[in-house]
Amino acid sequence: MNNNKASPHIKREPIARIVKRPDMSVRKTALLYLAAIFFAIAAGGVFILVLGHNPFTYYATVISGSFRSKLSTRALIRIIIPLLITSLGLTVSFRMKFWNIGAEGQFIFGAVCASYVALFRSEGLPHFAVILLMGIAGFVGGGMFGLIAAFFKTKFGTSETLLTLMLNYVALYLVQYLMDGPWRDPTAGGFSKIAQFPEIAWIDQIAKVDVSWIVAVVLVAFLFVYFKYTKHGFEISVVGDSQNTARYAGMNVNKIVLRTMFISAGICGLAGMLQVAGDATTHTLSTGIASGVGFTAIIVAWLAKLNPFGIVTVSFMFGLLDKGCGVAESTFNLSGSVADILQGIILFFILAFDFFIQYKLTFKRAEKTAGGADK
Amino acid sequence: MLSENKDFVTAIELKGITKIFGNVVANKDIDLSVRQGEILALLGENGSGKTTLMNMLSGIYRPDSGSIFVNGHEVSIQSPEDSKRLGIGMIHQHFKLVDVLTAADNILIGSKEEGLFLKKDRYKKVKQVSEKFGLEIEPEKYIFEMSVSEKQTVEIVKVLYHGADILILDEPTAVLTPQEIKKLFEILRKMRDKGCAIVIITHKLNEVLEISDRVTILRKGESVATVITSQTNAKELTELMVGRAVELSIERPETGCKESILSTHHLTVVNDEGVEALSDVSFELHRGEILGVAGIAGSGQKELCEAIAGLQKIKQGAILYKKEDIGGKTPREIIKLGIAMSFIPEDRLGMGLAGSLGMADNMMLKSYIDSKTPFVERRRAARLAEKVIDELDVQTPSVSTPVRKLSGGNVQKVLLGREIEANPNVLITAYPVRGLDINSSYIIYDALNEQKKSGVAILFVGEDLDVMLALCDRIMVLCHGSVTGILDAKKASKEEIGLLMAGHVEEEQRNE
Repeated sequence: MNNNKASPHIKREPIARIVKRPDMSVRKTALLYLAAIFFAIAAGGVFILVLGHNPFTYYATVISGSFRSKLSTRALIRIIIPLLITSLGLTVSFRMKFWNIGAEGQFIFGAVCASYVALFRSEGLPHFAVILLMGIAGFVGGGMFGLIAAFFKTKFGTSETLLTLMLNYVALYLVQYLMDGPWRDPTAGGFSKIAQFPEIAWIDQIAKVDVSWIVAVVLVAFLFVYFKYTKHGFEISVVGDSQNTARYAGMNVNKIVLRTMFISAGICGLAGMLQVAGDATTHTLSTGIASGVGFTAIIVAWLAKLNPFGIVTVSFMFGLLDKGCGVAESTFNLSGSVADILQGIILFFILAFDFFIQYKLTFKRAEKTAGGADK
Repeated sequence: MLSENKDFVTAIELKGITKIFGNVVANKDIDLSVRQGEILALLGENGSGKTTLMNMLSGIYRPDSGSIFVNGHEVSIQSPEDSKRLGIGMIHQHFKLVDVLTAADNILIGSKEEGLFLKKDRYKKVKQVSEKFGLEIEPEKYIFEMSVSEKQTVEIVKVLYHGADILILDEPTAVLTPQEIKKLFEILRKMRDKGCAIVIITHKLNEVLEISDRVTILRKGESVATVITSQTNAKELTELMVGRAVELSIERPETGCKESILSTHHLTVVNDEGVEALSDVSFELHRGEILGVAGIAGSGQKELCEAIAGLQKIKQGAILYKKEDIGGKTPREIIKLGIAMSFIPEDRLGMGLAGSLGMADNMMLKSYIDSKTPFVERRRAARLAEKVIDELDVQTPSVSTPVRKLSGGNVQKVLLGREIEANPNVLITAYPVRGLDINSSYIIYDALNEQKKSGVAILFVGEDLDVMLALCDRIMVLCHGSVTGILDAKKASKEEIGLLMAGHVEEEQRNE
């Protein structure tokens, strides 16, 4: 009975095995990420080569295209601002492991609320008060929009991911409705569009760039301190780590979840307000106001490992790709969507390299010889 | 056929097994052998690599180097499937059974040989196998209706049904009462006499001496010795296990304090699943005493701790602290009153610590709110962390290393250290030495005794009856959420507590 059981010798070995590796030093990790970006750019280059273009000249155009004139540099900054602020907003909830993927909707809803102030409540008020009011409307509006998902999560345990995702479309179609109906500009001659804001609701400019970037810089500093040194930041980390532990420590978990989500969504809404009031080319609300910023921001926040300063770097990189590829579009007659593809490739490579930071592959043959040497 | 050559056939032989996880060498060059018709005890402290080693036999891990021989043939076990085919059956510490299925269905689950459809004769087949080995089992009974020891029997029948003749049991006695342990040991002896090879993983010395034929001792991932059980004793085994001589007695200082500080009256608690977890629990806790709480796992210990800490809603009854009802208070209000709880759950981190945060951050988990500014006082927390590191001998690279990366024992010291540093009046501690090595356990017992001497009332929820009998002043026994007795630890015996754990209500007390 025993003998025949063992007789079909099981003796097959897989070629490679995945082994957990010891913790890596910070320097090595940074190098690995740099390598990931390098490989991503190389892979993107192959892609461009397949399309029949020289990747070197293409990349050169991407870089030079963003800085070739004051105008393009200003445009670059204008692209970075909403992405940067929205990513910062998302980071607040992501740090609590609250998967808010509704930044797009919160961005739009914040913009809608700010637009309401600009279009209908700005008469007779000083410029400063209008902007402040719009900012408050954007923040609170976005925040309330985000609270919907948080409320149902704390009350009934619904999935915040699904709810925030679906609310994106609610916000988007709300703008469509406003454009077609109540807020439609009667002077636009049949076009369904919303009127440009009165000048009193435009954000001031310094050197032809609106001062939204100052808000972004202040937010980066504020959130860095908020996460690291405040009681709120501490509560966010603990709740994100374990709700049981938070409860045990006497924290009111529901309150913290609601508050954090309000701040997270509020910042996204503020980004929406800055977009409608700051972007000199439009100064109004339209369905294309967010154009996917809320989704790109998810990637930015993750690539930056939820670090405010990291977000500055990654937003800059993504803005550069966006702007540069747009310029390259006309030079190479190659769609600007290449930017999206390159962003995707970078994300994939970083994720793949994340795996190698934690694990390594060992090959059976190499191991055998090492074992043999011991004997 | 099996018994003829039982002295000669080696069922399992491990040669030079090494397994490394990241920085940690879990097993280093281990040799081990089990013969047919033999019970081998694998003894070692938690973290010495016992379970890792056995998981390589059951196909969960693969060794980094070394070879495995089963019945004399070298094999490579790539999956639990392979392990099963070789006749190896492992009974895990945590049962792997589906609650809503019957015993027979649990036994047949996932076996390809049984075909696609359930056959009516499956109950009979299971019964036959269990009878063959002299095991009592009701094949048609549902798992959720079973007691812990019945579930364990199902697990044993499961591996036997699939033809296993090499049995590995991982800490099988941890969840059983003393009476159930006796029964299990009888079963194991029977299996041995039928020619099975049995490996029993444990860290309890008296069990090793009672059941095994030989003992292999692991220490820090290495096999330090293999001895014949009849030629050794508890003292020698401890020295081998720990690496040096150890004084095995626990102090029980007398404080002579009798002032009651916390009491519950007819406390009834319904847990999250809607089941009555505590019913009509009444007891008093005095200053300067350690009140032990004994019971089979899941008898309401967790709910009792949580109710006192304000984390569980009370359905009926009251909890009085200095004559004030704290039933409706929030956890934070209760913390402020000076009631500290440290509960060590099975995963050790689930409640009480935030694993991804450092030791300093975990130190201020409860006290961060006391800072008068919106900012946290991290520097103070870091100083406190340094103090706990000194006092309880915590091994950590720094106060900012995520506590998840510390070993289990150190995690527990961080948790208990924080609760003690909060200068509580009442200290609730559940399983504070769960999985600790002997040395660390004694550091914790001493720390608890220090608290007791300074007048703190301590509620000690424990697992090891020997320890509780030596450390506690009184022992309260829980069974299915009810108090079955409160005994004087100086007079009580293990058997007495065992009976109460199984639900026999203490008679003398009822007669009074």
